[in-house]
Amino acid sequence: MNATALTSVLIWLPIGAALAIWLLPLSRYATGALAVLVSLAEVGIWVEQAARFDFARHGLQFSERAAWFGDLHVSYHVGVYAFSLWLVGLTVVAMAACLAYGFWVGRDRPRAYFGLMLFLTGATVGVFVAQDMLLFYAFFEAMLIPLYVLIGVWGGAGRLGATVKFVIYTMAGSLLMLSAIIVYGLKSGTFDLVDAPPSASRWLFLGFMFAFVIKAPLFPFHGWLPDAYREAPPEVSAVLSGVVAKVGLYGMLRIAIPKFPDPASYYRTAVLAIATAALVYGSLLAFRSADFRGVVAYSSLAQSGLIALGLFSGIGLGFDGAVLQMVAHGLISTSLFLIAGAMERRTTTGEFALLGGMAKGRPALATLLMTVGVISLAVPGSASFAGEFLILAGVFQRAWWWAAIGAGAIVLAAMYMLRLISAVLHQARGSTVDDAALDLRPGELALVVPLVAVLLALSAWPAGISHHSFAGDSPVSAVKGQFK
Amino acid sequence: MIRTPSIDWFALTPILILLGSSGLALLSAVLAPKPMRRAFAASVSLLGFASGIVASVWLYVDSSAGHTVIADSFTRDRWTALGQVILCAVGLATSLLAIEHVPAWSRGADPARRDDHIAEFYALLLACTAGMTFFVGAANLMTLFLSLEWFSIALYVMCAIDYDLEGSLEAGLKYLVVGSFGSAALLFGSALVYGATGSITFDGIAQSIGARGLDRNALLVMGLALILAGLGFKSSAAPFHMWTPDVYEGAPTTVTAFMSAATKVAALLLTMRVLQTALAGDARLWTWALAGIAVASLVIGNLAALVQRNVKRILAYSSVSHAGFMLIGVSAGTALGGRALMYYLIPYAAMSFGAFAVVAARERELGVPVTLDNLAGFGWERPFLGVAMWFFLFGFAGLPLGGGFVGKFYVLAAAYEHGWAWLVIVGVLATLVSLYYYLSIVRSLYMRPEEELRVAAVVGGAPAREAPLHVAVGMALAVSVGSLFAVQPLIDLARDAASSLPF
Repeated sequence: MNATALTSVLIWLPIGAALAIWLLPLSRYATGALAVLVSLAEVGIWVEQAARFDFARHGLQFSERAAWFGDLHVSYHVGVYAFSLWLVGLTVVAMAACLAYGFWVGRDRPRAYFGLMLFLTGATVGVFVAQDMLLFYAFFEAMLIPLYVLIGVWGGAGRLGATVKFVIYTMAGSLLMLSAIIVYGLKSGTFDLVDAPPSASRWLFLGFMFAFVIKAPLFPFHGWLPDAYREAPPEVSAVLSGVVAKVGLYGMLRIAIPKFPDPASYYRTAVLAIATAALVYGSLLAFRSADFRGVVAYSSLAQSGLIALGLFSGIGLGFDGAVLQMVAHGLISTSLFLIAGAMERRTTTGEFALLGGMAKGRPALATLLMTVGVISLAVPGSASFAGEFLILAGVFQRAWWWAAIGAGAIVLAAMYMLRLISAVLHQARGSTVDDAALDLRPGELALVVPLVAVLLALSAWPAGISHHSFAGDSPVSAVKGQFK
Repeated sequence: MIRTPSIDWFALTPILILLGSSGLALLSAVLAPKPMRRAFAASVSLLGFASGIVASVWLYVDSSAGHTVIADSFTRDRWTALGQVILCAVGLATSLLAIEHVPAWSRGADPARRDDHIAEFYALLLACTAGMTFFVGAANLMTLFLSLEWFSIALYVMCAIDYDLEGSLEAGLKYLVVGSFGSAALLFGSALVYGATGSITFDGIAQSIGARGLDRNALLVMGLALILAGLGFKSSAAPFHMWTPDVYEGAPTTVTAFMSAATKVAALLLTMRVLQTALAGDARLWTWALAGIAVASLVIGNLAALVQRNVKRILAYSSVSHAGFMLIGVSAGTALGGRALMYYLIPYAAMSFGAFAVVAARERELGVPVTLDNLAGFGWERPFLGVAMWFFLFGFAGLPLGGGFVGKFYVLAAAYEHGWAWLVIVGVLATLVSLYYYLSIVRSLYMRPEEELRVAAVVGGAPAREAPLHVAVGMALAVSVGSLFAVQPLIDLARDAASSLPF
């Protein structure tokens, strides 16, 4: 097979599988098994692509281009840069774990459920590899549709309110982005992201950024986040915070910063300010949060802020760190939500007041939660320590006080994560914790352990990502050259 | 001795085929024995529309150089022919949908009366579509008015055809009264335009405006305004939309499905033709007027839809807002606007027809008007129809599940190209608002709690088997999704069609 087709395969294989699942009258078991197999195949294809990827070469690789509608110069143009490769990897790995979780817990209406999850996989990969603005937008929106139904049908009691908020927030942002895309594309005479020349228009920059800060989200655009993360089924929350939130940050890296260099530096202070606000405010809320998912949700807000801090530092270290941290946090947050789901199945709740003492007699759960928690709070030697360090070192070169605030917030991360671990695992046994509640079963271990293993591998060799995200040694020049 | 003009019979084939089939269907109402009547009339109708499609495709291929025929009263060009293809396709789908159409009064009443009016229904459907296929090609004010009345009168009767159905007669009467008002406005406007320019052919009007510098002439401007109002009634653009929700709600859903798709296609295509060919000299005026009408439609349609509970009313207001979107394309007055309109109409007609067809399916199994409440759980009970509705609704909302996405993109691009960035923002905000009511239907389909589902199931009973309806919905789904992927070929068609008009 032609190697450049790998990118398209990564998008269309899961979407095709989704169609097959919707059309074929498969049994519950066969549906889940097919979906998990497809998601594992995605991981395999991605590994193949990564193995063939030439990290020394500049520019787009595995690219494919075909006219979509020529009169406005819109094309189906996909391809990967090194940093998109890592995000695609994050997507396929996290989606495989989440799909397998859905299979393990046996979701109702399996054909609808697994079809939507696979559709989501394809759309998310599509966002990360689209090199045409309208195509990017199409995938960006296509992600929303399965998420809306997944939360609305399989979510908790308050799911309807959560979906309305989620959809209205994200669409408000993305429709402004659509108008920005129309204006930018018609002005530059092409909708191609690689060919389109940089623009100095502040309005266009704001149009794009508005969509991205809502998706990421950054303070004060996070109104949809707590409800959506709490009401969604755990594996969907995992996808939301682990993968979908990264789309907003990826958009900043791929479009907002390289295509609008002047507006980006004009608004740098403002973006750094709301990123810092997200970091500090998110950490504080996470510390005050009364339940497991609340902590993880708000910590995602904080992490989005931290990553945006790295991206908008405009310094090479910041870019490197941001990409590494996107992947690391994606894996951490996916694992945490899956563990939260496993725990809620045993205790029916995530409220700290009703939990406690779960470590006793459940070594696997305790070890895994402890490991992920410790990596998450950026203990030296962990992947997220490397990411956060690079980000802070980058933003320090911009101005020392941003780094000082960021470093302070990392202390807060330690506080909320240790509070979570102690409230769940230690302390007196909670009223909902039954001695009969089992430790993690082999099936659940099989989902989370690989994620943790990847995290540990990244902790051992963070340079694997941070030195392999931008061709050559200078991310800043790569961004200036718009990656070409 | 009266000199008769030479007649290009080939240019009239689609219309003649439809008229002939209409006559045949009408005869079968009297001659065919009752047990066969439904099948016979339906076959005549299906065959008629299929041949209509073939004829108009042929005309499209064979009319690369557009010209007027029959003493300059009808235009043979690709704009007409492509419009005729769409209209006949909608007619074909409606014929399928109508096969299982049972007038409400036969429910529990006399089953012998079940097939009483079916042949007349098909005859009217064919005659109405024939009128529309003539309408899109009208080349002077006389044929314009004549064909408008031709298809309108057929529609008035179709709306009232289930005269025992609650609201059907009312819908027919309301449409008749308001529609006549619209026709009167159009006729008066035509008279004023004739008075000002001394010509009734579109080309003659344009020449007269250009040669005599009439673009500021008060009579002409008044006439233009009245013509816009008259056509606005037919395309149900605000503020001429007042009849739309009531008529769409009251008319039998089969008829609503047809008129929401076909009337809009015919009215908008002709609006663009009249403005571009006859009144291009006044473009400065009507671009702004249409932009105003478009904004009004977007605002009123979307806001009014938010508070509705009846699904047909929601869709009716949504059709008002889509008229607004498509009028953006018309108002741009550019070639890009022309192909934006032509492209948009294809997925729009499919989605609109399909959505009403799904509503019809629910209505047939419940026997009561479909509301957001009794739609609960429908998506799980009838997976195919539910998923199709899901696609139509997200397509309406402009999410990339169908050609509606590309259509909106095109009309907004046309507005921007015209220099109206503000109109892009209005369109985008309108889309955001529209999401709320489209999603409320999706919520009803899939996300109601279990206890409500059981209530609905008791009312609903066993789902009916309706193969023709499924085929019709499947066709609509294929067009609506396919137009997302096959943008290039469709845009090429639309570009060729739009090149028939002088931009």
